[in-house]
Amino acid sequence: MNSALLAVVRRDLLLALRQRGDVLNVLLFFVVVVSMVPLGVGPELGVLRLIGPGTVWVAALLASIVSLPRLFAQDHADGSLEQILLSGQPAALIVIGKILAHWLVTGAPITVAAIPIALMFDVGYAPGRTLVLSLLLGTPALSLLGAIGAALTLGLRGGGVLVTLLVLPLTVPVLIFGAGAVSATAGGLSAGPSLLLLGGLSLGAAALAPWAIALALRISLE
Amino acid sequence: MAGPLLEAMGLACERGGRSLFQGIDLCLEAGQCVHVAGDNGTGKTSLLRILAGLLQPTAGSVRWRGRDIAATREEYGSELAFVGHLNGSKEELSVLENLQLEAAVRGCALSEEAALDVLARVGLEDFADLAVRQLSQGQRRRVALARLVGSTPLLWILDEPYNALDAGAVENLHGLIAGHRERGGIVILTAHQAIALPEGSRQLALVPGAER
Amino acid sequence: MSETAMAHQRFHFFRYAAPPEFYRLAGRAAPWFAALAVLLGLGGLYLGFFLAPVDAQQGQVYRIMFVHVPAAWMAMFLYLVMAFWAALGLIFNTRMSAVMACALAPSGALMALLALLTGALWGRPAWGTYWDWDARMTSTLILLFLYMGFMALHSAIDDTRRADRAAGVLALVGVVNVPIIYFSVQWWNSLHQGSSITLGRAPSMATPMLMAMLVMSLAAWMYCIAVALTRARAIVLERERDSDWVRALVGGDA
Repeated sequence: MNSALLAVVRRDLLLALRQRGDVLNVLLFFVVVVSMVPLGVGPELGVLRLIGPGTVWVAALLASIVSLPRLFAQDHADGSLEQILLSGQPAALIVIGKILAHWLVTGAPITVAAIPIALMFDVGYAPGRTLVLSLLLGTPALSLLGAIGAALTLGLRGGGVLVTLLVLPLTVPVLIFGAGAVSATAGGLSAGPSLLLLGGLSLGAAALAPWAIALALRISLE
Repeated sequence: MAGPLLEAMGLACERGGRSLFQGIDLCLEAGQCVHVAGDNGTGKTSLLRILAGLLQPTAGSVRWRGRDIAATREEYGSELAFVGHLNGSKEELSVLENLQLEAAVRGCALSEEAALDVLARVGLEDFADLAVRQLSQGQRRRVALARLVGSTPLLWILDEPYNALDAGAVENLHGLIAGHRERGGIVILTAHQAIALPEGSRQLALVPGAER
Repeated sequence: MSETAMAHQRFHFFRYAAPPEFYRLAGRAAPWFAALAVLLGLGGLYLGFFLAPVDAQQGQVYRIMFVHVPAAWMAMFLYLVMAFWAALGLIFNTRMSAVMACALAPSGALMALLALLTGALWGRPAWGTYWDWDARMTSTLILLFLYMGFMALHSAIDDTRRADRAAGVLALVGVVNVPIIYFSVQWWNSLHQGSSITLGRAPSMATPMLMAMLVMSLAAWMYCIAVALTRARAIVLERERDSDWVRALVGGDA
């Protein structure tokens, strides 16, 4: 079972490697969106420091949603999704494998890109560290919740906007605890509780979401 | 062999508010081959997908080795090889990579040598390192059919496997099917054109909306 | 003997899971609920607007609470009921369960919207701003989004069966998330407002106020049941339009 999981991850990573452009586009999206905010709000560092964490988090949310099509839609279009669901492996396992590969290619780069972004917003060393940590703990939950939306809207027209509408409300807790952790550090308080809650959300999502996603995929494939 | 391996009872299918077929029964033992015939739109693909467990029938059930396939998805999947309308190969990966990764996901890893052997059996050994998107339609179909070669699953469900194949490839497929049946396997297929069907295959004709 | 009696009883209940039976039963029941809704609504409004005392802090304005609070509660409860029907539909594959979930969604969204609007109208005169991002209002806003997501997903899928099941999964995912969302929004609000959390948003409740609140809540329930049953009948008619019993119905009336 383990080797099947690795095979699923390997395949998706190999595909991402061959389609490097798509992957980089998501990262670029993240950076561009974040950069828009100071242009809209004014360059005053005091303000930017305040809104920085929230902005980065919202941009991370949007970027993870924008990257969802590569999770299931391509496999659905060429028939390989049915094949892996018929492979005799537990559907939940396959789902976990695909999401892991997806996170490695979207959530993880976003977490790393947050470092220079934190500098752009003059967030400060300690809050910046918390920001990166919060993204590390929270982006898996974003991938998992996004996957639910992606699975439900497989093959539908107008998919992108619909997925966003479905997924964003579900990600509110992740956003709140993620940005809240950074605000706490900035305010001199401990980010511990928020980060723990964030980790808990990701773990909870990892435990429950795969079943929902597998069911959603079966429904969408009918 | 004690009793039929695959049993379908009272299958009915409704798509988009229209009833495609009702009351379909099927009973297959080892070594048998069924050709599902019917005009376009009579529900052949839907029937095959129901038998594969991808689609839930509006009524009726499918049993494999006596157990409902809805309850035993994983075991059923490991004993089933499905070739649908879509080839199920990743265009960006090479033929060899597709084959090896698919086998690895199924839990029976193929060494490069074994994989090349498989490709030779479908006449694609020269194309092993080409990306699938560089192949012709017929060659892509053969990549999909390659998953049948040397595979362990007992049940083959093939939806229009002869599509885009030239005469040589058709012969090849006949050979694969014959070999599979000799080993006790079951084949269910649809064929669009007037292809010379595998010897000794039964026919299941789907007539639009007929009550059986 | 007991086994057949049980089977007979079960059959009796599931009979209403058949569309034509449901259509008839709902058609007979809905007017009663509607009548109750009107009576209770008028009674509750009378209690709330005329009999309940004037509030020391907020004056007459607080009376909007008698619409706002029941609406907010209904929005929450209806989501749970909707998720319940969605779960039944997914587990037992019954058509009517999915219909009920679809019938409830617009009412739930309406209640949420009503709660938001009345909340804004209350906020302006009471403490100076239409919207101040307090925990309950923000949670209700997100709940509205969840309702709209459900309806949007359902209408985006052409195949009715897939639409029912996909929206059903979404409703269940939502219902698991709702407590987490409420909790996180509460935390978020307290984090950013510090100690100056909204002081006693609702005035301490005297008995006439409680009575009015209860009556209005019941009125809201009756209203939503009446509307949901009526909407469900319409959905059933549309889905079963090609079946014999609908043809006979329409043919008979015409």
